[in-house]
Amino acid sequence: MVTTLSTDALWQVLESVPDPEIPAVSVVDLGIVRAVRPDRVVITPTYTGCPATQVIERDIRAALDAAGFRDVAIETTLSPPWTTDWITEGGKAKLHAYGIAPPSSASAATCPQCGSTDTEEVSRFGSTPCKAQWRCRACLEPFDRFKCH
Amino acid sequence: MATVAADSVLFETLLRLGDDSLILGQRLGDWCGHAPSVEVDLSLANMGLDLIGQATHFLNAAGEGEGKGRDGDALAFHRDVLDFRNCWLVEQPNGDFAQTMARQFLFSTWQEMLFGHLTGSSEPRIAEVAAKAVKEVRYHAELAAEWVIRLGDGTEESRRRMADGLDWNWRFIPELFEMDEIAAEAVRSGIGADVTLFREDYDRRVRSVLAEATLEPPADQRPILGGRRGHHSEHLGHILAVMQFLPRTYPDATW
Repeated sequence: MVTTLSTDALWQVLESVPDPEIPAVSVVDLGIVRAVRPDRVVITPTYTGCPATQVIERDIRAALDAAGFRDVAIETTLSPPWTTDWITEGGKAKLHAYGIAPPSSASAATCPQCGSTDTEEVSRFGSTPCKAQWRCRACLEPFDRFKCH
Repeated sequence: MATVAADSVLFETLLRLGDDSLILGQRLGDWCGHAPSVEVDLSLANMGLDLIGQATHFLNAAGEGEGKGRDGDALAFHRDVLDFRNCWLVEQPNGDFAQTMARQFLFSTWQEMLFGHLTGSSEPRIAEVAAKAVKEVRYHAELAAEWVIRLGDGTEESRRRMADGLDWNWRFIPELFEMDEIAAEAVRSGIGADVTLFREDYDRRVRSVLAEATLEPPADQRPILGGRRGHHSEHLGHILAVMQFLPRTYPDATW
């Protein structure tokens, strides 16, 4: 018989799967996990061309199998499209602590090193499709900003 | 004339969408490590990545619908020129950075409008990918427009190069707005978009950016068509020879 206990256990396993590119946050923090049912977890890719998409699926599979959930399937859905709105508040805090300015509606990013908002965008395209390159005019350090998407 | 079978209309529609993105993604990949600045190198590579992501979705869907065991990789790497359905614009040479940006501007401005319409496609795979990709394509179109303006309204040399780049690619615009029987059938069945509906918006947007770039629109030329039916320029053969060499030589290789 299927109980809610099993989906709690599944969520716990998923929370232990880090994003391969930004290991400080989990696939749950990033809103990649859309639904958890006793027989399947539903995930969604972030950017269309995100190279980590297949790695994430593989890592989730490995984590589920290691926890004994071999019969739980992984379903990928494109709809509704992933948005940074789905990044949890906890996820945003972890990004900031890791040195990446989380997505926000503010025009100026907050520098993760010194906290100043006297910052500017150097390039819309950064080291990964999801991030832009910024620079702090106060402490002069560069940093990545997770783009609103 | 017999109507085109529904399956074949969907297959062809997905190939057109996937091949446009695949070939342009491949062209942009050529810039990796060779762009004028690190920032530009990253932006071209990022755009290429987005495009190849789109192609992966469209071509995987095409293979699934075809039901002959071909996936996106098989379609991308084991078809020959005559079976590709991309438009001529995306197979044009990179040329210099200005020519690349001219091509990108003309294509992405169109693709953004197209994907906007395709979010209403009755085929879920098309609607989903379009809804997902349209946000990214908006970035591509903005970036390219910014460069058209910066180079057009730049130095004498940058202006000449941008004018030449637009001149080269201008004659491939009509094909973007071609509605052949397959496209018409796709519209009738609800899966495709009637591109003629946004021709005026497109022209207005393009001319507005050119005006801001202090450039005159190139003279209209004889339209060049045929890509949607597998008739391509010589460029595609060379692109595929490079792109397909490794998988064709080592068909059993895995990552």
